[in-house]
Parts: sequence; structure tokens; C-alpha cells
Amino acid sequence: MGHPRTAGPAAGKTILTSAELARVVDRIAHQILEKTEGARDCALLGIPTRGVPLARRLAARIEAFEGNAVPAGVLDITLYRDDLRLRGTRALGPTSLPTDGIDARRVILVDDVLFSGRTVRAALDALKDLGRPRVVQLAVLVDRGHRELPIRADYVGKNIPTALTESVHVLLTEVDGLDEVRLEEKH
Amino acid sequence: MIRHLLSAADLDADNATLVLDTAAEMANLAGREVKKLPTLRGRTVVNLFYEDSTRTRISFEAAAKRLSADVINFSAKGSSVSKGESLKDTALTLQAMGADAVVIRHSASGAPHRLATWVDGSVLNAGDGTHEHPTQALLDAYTMRARLGRLDGLAVAIVGDVLHSRVARSNVLLLHTLGARVTLVGPPTLLPVGVDAWPAKTSYDLDAVLPDADVVMMLRVQRERMDDAYFPSVREYSRRYGLDAVRMRKLPEHAIVMHPGPMNRGMEISPDVADSPRSTIVEQVANGVSVRMAVLYLLLGGQHK
Repeated sequence: MGHPRTAGPAAGKTILTSAELARVVDRIAHQILEKTEGARDCALLGIPTRGVPLARRLAARIEAFEGNAVPAGVLDITLYRDDLRLRGTRALGPTSLPTDGIDARRVILVDDVLFSGRTVRAALDALKDLGRPRVVQLAVLVDRGHRELPIRADYVGKNIPTALTESVHVLLTEVDGLDEVRLEEKH
Repeated sequence: MIRHLLSAADLDADNATLVLDTAAEMANLAGREVKKLPTLRGRTVVNLFYEDSTRTRISFEAAAKRLSADVINFSAKGSSVSKGESLKDTALTLQAMGADAVVIRHSASGAPHRLATWVDGSVLNAGDGTHEHPTQALLDAYTMRARLGRLDGLAVAIVGDVLHSRVARSNVLLLHTLGARVTLVGPPTLLPVGVDAWPAKTSYDLDAVLPDADVVMMLRVQRERMDDAYFPSVREYSRRYGLDAVRMRKLPEHAIVMHPGPMNRGMEISPDVADSPRSTIVEQVANGVSVRMAVLYLLLGGQHK
């Protein structure tokens, strides 16, 4: 798993506070329920690092709203990345799928920030080797623009217009010890 | 990560653990329908085998192919080597063909070290003479960790022909790095001179070592390397250093029996022991592919051109 982001004093601008982030997650959960007839045959797959706790939270909220359990898994995409050669190898994380697989299911990929779209492309490639879902959708907490590939999200928590010189930091309690979304100037 | 894997001593505890953890993830691939990852697409891995080998060569080939690398198999038989080409000239040929990694097995100890100075790509030692076989040590460590849950503090007995065994050398180095306690067991003639300087204990008495061992690794008696002067007879060797069912009962309940293969059934290991549930011999082969995938990924995956 990735390293926790440290909360430096007054580092950048807060975009979402803890309470707002919780509301945004609730809204995505409602949208999923609405668009998928009550999350029938759905499986949520989180992309490490912060997509994983997000997928678990969405599954928990969906269950709280409608009472049906949606499996939440993990999809590690390290071996499918197109920047390994440039950035060097990294440690692999586990991949865990629903026990009955993803064939013929509606798979919803979950990630914290949608940026270039390359992570999602890698996730689609990884998914193709693991089975044949009926539909693949994408849920992200933050869409910050600057796509480099023809990819869009089906469920977006918050659109944040950014400059390329800025970076969006999503902090989640499970990884970082607190919930917050922050916009910072890159150093 | 390091560029070459020439010796088990090239890996510190962190890197060795990274290889084992990565191998554990690679192992999940075996259960998938599509047993292929795109990670090393467009890379070329050359298997340069100057010595006969089935399992190591096939294992490296399977590992490279599962990561989508292109594999070129080169065996000394039927190549220019039989016309007298030197290792260096062969290396330069491979270099000119753009090999990203060379997996080499050679009868001369140190050949991979020489090769590493001639080629730009990564060199992986797949066994050199009586020197080292680091990927075997990694897969053995992986198997122990998978079966027993840990390596730190494990008592490992390595039994038999330590003198000629590259498997034993690499295992001693790696297991020491990872915190296991190794005891080398064999007749005095088959323990190398200078073994006192290794990070391992030695013993001539197998029966005394067994009750405290978590792992017993039986080494193959390498008949092709010896003129039978190391011990009086096969029968006597087998009586004193072979593992049979009676001896196996002296082991603790949880202990496992390993063998790097190929086995001499009835000599260093009896068939009922080799086929018992305690034996990890078949698992070791399966784990070999995962471990070699991990090594290839970590050495080649992020390589700068």
C-alpha cells in the first residue's frame, strides 16, 4: 500500500472537508443505486492505493441505503502500467475479486482522482485478463481534467478545474489518518 | 533494485523480501484463465545454457513468456560453441541482437560475473559450476515461507553433497540474510574446505540434527561430478545420510522436506519420503516460475534504456 500523505501546516487549499467528503461519497452511492437498478449484479473494484478504501466505503453506504451487499474488491494494475520503464518498478499489491468472479457482472472501477486516464486504461487492460464483465463503469471522487486518453467517468464526486502546475491530494482516514481533499501548488 | 542477479549475496534482506512478496502476487496468475501479463512486452530474454537443464530452463522460459517477453533459447549443443566460439564472442553476439536480459547456466564458476562485464543487459545466474544458483535459493525460501509462515529463526538442515552444490551455497547466503539458522550436514569429504567461514553450522550426524529442524533440504548426490571416492559405497551413504521414512519420523510434526531436483530416489531420499505430504518437491517447481517472474519483473521492468 502507498504511504500516508502527511498533513503539513496550511499546505494548499482545502477543497473538501471531512463532512463534505462523506456527503460526496453518499451521493455517488445514490447515483450508483439509481443507474444500476439498486446495484444489482454490481462489483466495486478499487484501484490502489486510495481507490480501495473508497470502494469499501461505497459498498458500505449502498448496503446502508438499500440493504443489499455489494462485493468490494481490489484491482492492482502495477503490471499493466505504461510508465514502468520511465518510473521504475514498484512493489505489487494484491488483487482480490468477488468469489464468483467478474464474468457477466457490472464492474464499477473506483479511484480517488481522474487525471490523465492512464490508470483507468491500465485497469481496463487488467480487467480484460481477469474475465468478461457485462459492463464496466468508472466512479471517481475527484475529476481534475487534463485527460490524455478518451476516457470519462460515469460517477464523479466533484469536478475540480485545475492547472497542470497544481496537484490534487485526496486523504482518507484508512491510509492517511484523516479525510480531506486538498489542492496544492506543485513544488 | 540491483541490475544483475549473480549471487544470492547480491540481495539484502529488503530486496530479498521484495522478491518473495512480488512472487506471492505473481503466483496468483497461475489460477487465472489468461496466464499472461503485458509487463515485459518487447523485451528480449536470452536463455544461454551451456549445461543440460530441464527444469531451470523451462522455468525461466515460462516466467519470461508469462510476462510477455520474447524468449530466445540458446543451448551450447548445436550452436557455434561446438565450433569453438568463446563465451565472450557469444556474449557480444547476444549484445548485438539486443538482449535485455541473459539467463546463463555454465559449468565454470564465475562465468556469469564475466558475462556481466561484456553485456549491457541484466545477467541472471541460473547456476554456475559449483558456485551459486540464486533463483533456486529464492524459490526455496519462498516455499519455506509459504509452508511455515516465516523465515526468521527457522532451523534449516541442508544435507548431502555440499561440496559440489551451488544450491547449498546460495541457500546458506540467502537464508542467513533472511534470519534463518542453517546447519550443513554431510560426510567430511563432502563438506568444502573453509566451510567454517560460512554463516552456518556444520554436522556429520544427520540423526542428531533432525529433531530440531523445521526444514530438511536433501541435496542431490552429483554422481557426474565425483569419481565415487568421496564415500565408500552408495549403500553406506544412503544408510548414514539418506532420508527414509524411519528417519523422517525423527522430525518435528510441522517440518518439511525439500529437494532441488532431480532426485536420486533410493539414494539421498527414499520414494515414500519424496511422495509424502511433507515433501514440497512439486511445489518448489511451481514456485520457481513465480519467483523467476518476480526477479525478471524487478530487474527488467523499470530498466532505463
